[in-house]
Amino acid sequence: MSATPTTATACTCPECEANVPFARRPLQGEVVRCPDCSAELEVTALDPITLELAPEVQEDWGE
Amino acid sequence: MRIGLLYSRVRVEERLLIEELERRNIDLELLDVNKFQAEIHDPTPWQRFDAVFERCVSQTQATTAVRVLESFGIPCINPSAVIEACGDKLTTSLILARNGIATPRVRVALDPETALEAIEQMGYPVVLKPAVGSWGRLLARVNDRDAAEAIVEHKSTLGSVQHGVFYIQEHVNKPGRDLRVFVVGTTPIAAIERRSAHWITNTARGGQAAGFQITPEIDDLCRRTARAMAGQAGALLAIDLLETEEGRPLVSEVNHTMEFRNSIATTGVDIPARMVDYVLNIAERRSVNRASQAAAIAPTSFTSGPVGVA
Repeated sequence: MSATPTTATACTCPECEANVPFARRPLQGEVVRCPDCSAELEVTALDPITLELAPEVQEDWGE
Repeated sequence: MRIGLLYSRVRVEERLLIEELERRNIDLELLDVNKFQAEIHDPTPWQRFDAVFERCVSQTQATTAVRVLESFGIPCINPSAVIEACGDKLTTSLILARNGIATPRVRVALDPETALEAIEQMGYPVVLKPAVGSWGRLLARVNDRDAAEAIVEHKSTLGSVQHGVFYIQEHVNKPGRDLRVFVVGTTPIAAIERRSAHWITNTARGGQAAGFQITPEIDDLCRRTARAMAGQAGALLAIDLLETEEGRPLVSEVNHTMEFRNSIATTGVDIPARMVDYVLNIAERRSVNRASQAAAIAPTSFTSGPVGVA
């Protein structure tokens, strides 16, 4: 599920539909958190900015 | 000089590293590991890079991509050997033990019944850890036989093949904190202590970070650990230490894709800048080598002029 892009510096959370603001232009693949529902979101496109729920942590993820 | 930054997710750490590279006007290319593909007989498209800075969250993706790029002669930070040494706790423990570096006792078993025997022989409490994984996930402190049977059965039944490897570590009764030392090359540059009321003190699990002054003993331990894990040149490493009740530091884990967002303000050290220094130094060497090789094989040019006229 992806979110509806709104403006260049904001986007709608695909989980709760709250406004997710960006202080600066995000990068492709950037991970952000929804200020309302705390869902972890990933920037999947830049033009326009599109957010999707970040993938679940996999077994081999880490430091 | 051109640097590739291989990533899967741009977290705070990657953002800080990218900003640091951009601040220095480095020719930077962001490489999404999910888009990575390479024809192994044709390294040409990758020769544009003087180094690739690996920052993936998936160890499998990181190791695979880096192995390919290394085979093309491209320096990767960290190298695949370091990723593999750090990414598997058993491999880490074996390297530490072989090099005489203080580390908790570990037993390994490959069968549930044998694992229970090993736990009993080691004595309670013990800590069961997945050999691969991080952020304090699926750690289990086992205090008695009942808990041991339950955990071993769960791991055998629910886990992947990896959970069939039983990595059993002695429980170190640490003083409410553990330490993390950031190492660049073989030099410890900063350290934090992580405190938690819970026995798991990872900041990913809610541990609170504060700056820690590196002692000469810990400095020496971390330098030796870096050399054991990554050779004389070292690597970019975050070394986790536990302290015994007597205050003796033990190397618990070594991390190859260090997370440092909570450690810049707490230590006062610009960790991303130091990491970038290290990467650029490696890239610079490759850049200079390539330039000298190109000069060596270039056809000699002669000044034109009249020839053979006596």
